[in-house]
Amino acid sequence: MQALTNKAQAVNRKPMTFWERLYLINIIKGMLITFSHMFKKQPTIRYPEQKREFSPVFRGLHVLNRDEEGRERCTACGLCAVACPAEAITMEAAERVEGEENLYREEKYAAKYEINMLRCIFCGLCEDACPKDAIYLSETFAPANYTRKGFIYGKPDLLIPNPQTEATAFAEAKGV
Amino acid sequence: MTILALDWGFIIEKLIMIAIIVLASLGIALYTTFGERKVAAILQDRPGPSRAGPFGLLQPLADGLKLIMKEEIIPNAANKWLFILGPGLAMTASLMTCAVIPWGSAVDVFGRHVELQIADVNIGILYVFAVVSMGVYGIMIGGWASNNKFSLMSALRAASQAISYELAMGLALIALLMTTGSLSLKTIVEQQIQGNWWNIVYQPLGFVIFFICALAECNRTPFDLPEAENELNFGYHQEYSSMKLGFYLFAEYINMIMSSAIMASMYFGGYDLPFFNEASVAPNIAALIGVGTLLIKIVLFIFLFMWIRWTIPRFRYDQLMNLGWKTMIPLALFNMLLTGAILLAKL
Repeated sequence: MQALTNKAQAVNRKPMTFWERLYLINIIKGMLITFSHMFKKQPTIRYPEQKREFSPVFRGLHVLNRDEEGRERCTACGLCAVACPAEAITMEAAERVEGEENLYREEKYAAKYEINMLRCIFCGLCEDACPKDAIYLSETFAPANYTRKGFIYGKPDLLIPNPQTEATAFAEAKGV
Repeated sequence: MTILALDWGFIIEKLIMIAIIVLASLGIALYTTFGERKVAAILQDRPGPSRAGPFGLLQPLADGLKLIMKEEIIPNAANKWLFILGPGLAMTASLMTCAVIPWGSAVDVFGRHVELQIADVNIGILYVFAVVSMGVYGIMIGGWASNNKFSLMSALRAASQAISYELAMGLALIALLMTTGSLSLKTIVEQQIQGNWWNIVYQPLGFVIFFICALAECNRTPFDLPEAENELNFGYHQEYSSMKLGFYLFAEYINMIMSSAIMASMYFGGYDLPFFNEASVAPNIAALIGVGTLLIKIVLFIFLFMWIRWTIPRFRYDQLMNLGWKTMIPLALFNMLLTGAILLAKL
């Protein structure tokens, strides 16, 4: 049979010499190896104090975006829900009434917008599907919760803070 | 009223010393568990326990608290008396060893000349062997009383291993005793202080044999077959919980400390600090320096035990027995003959 690589080695069946059979020397060699590890750098990240940096393409929790004037961008078109492979997104649309122009950007808005974080696979397809740039995935992840219901995030959990009234919280959420 | 004629100061002095040594052994054992975890971690590029207190120094206390708070379970089918007796016996046997170890020379307190040794028995080393052999009963009784096949297997292993290695250990020791001519640990240490060299120079092979056998006696890796998880689940303390389990684990660490102390005393000059003239300082301070020296030697030995544990995998059982009977005992006999021949030639 032709060898695929040149790495094949014949098994060494030479009987062990006296010193090899003593084992003591090999044991000391092994101990020197473990001893040298005392001076190696530890790769440990001490979690609550130190956190590992996420990759720049990390996809975490969803954020519902607002425009510069603090108006919700979402028009409840449902494209994100259609795009979602895990069927995690549900929403109910409502029509904007007179006097709500400062709250919603367009005439139609999402009265209810829910994402089930237990279903969500954080693929980011909703982000791609959104024509209004209203949903994107942030760099945080869903914290632990006691109940399954707690993982269904509604509008209060998802909406980004208003840039007009809470500028600092908005900047923090944007991660700029 | 002969009882009043006793030297009460002597009794009080000994009682205080017993209390100090037992408590100190327990404290050191507590922190040896911490050391074990820390050494293991550092040898494996991990930080180890670091949460409880600064550098994780309160970790052993947290572990102890956890063990005490755990539920005491005595299996239904277990022999209750023996089940309770087992860990107690293991603990007692390992603590009894410390009675003959000379921890230092002597100090003068309140006008009394206090030897830093509980009992300078003239058969000290023989006593140690007798007590160490009793430790096997603790394991054996515990394993048998659990009424669990794994525990029983483990106890049988522990017993046969201890008996096999005690032979080679004793033979290695006889060679040493031929050179010292005394069984008293105090005398052996004093000889090393007065003589030029420590006994390790005269008995290197004897020490290697003794050390390997001590590893086996303490059930430490690579001879920790009684605790081989892959074959026996957890070993002889399988059914134990709470502080009874704690006693077994503790006894193992105390055994380690005691065998380190004995090796340090017999082969490495005990409380002798090399290149240091004890007469140049006050006798009390010299004695304290001696105690510190012995403790440092013990710590180094314990580190060696741990270092070996986290480097070498355990033997197979037949390999263990082969090593004990076919290698250690002939080697020890050879060492004994060699020592005898040299002693004869020197006459």
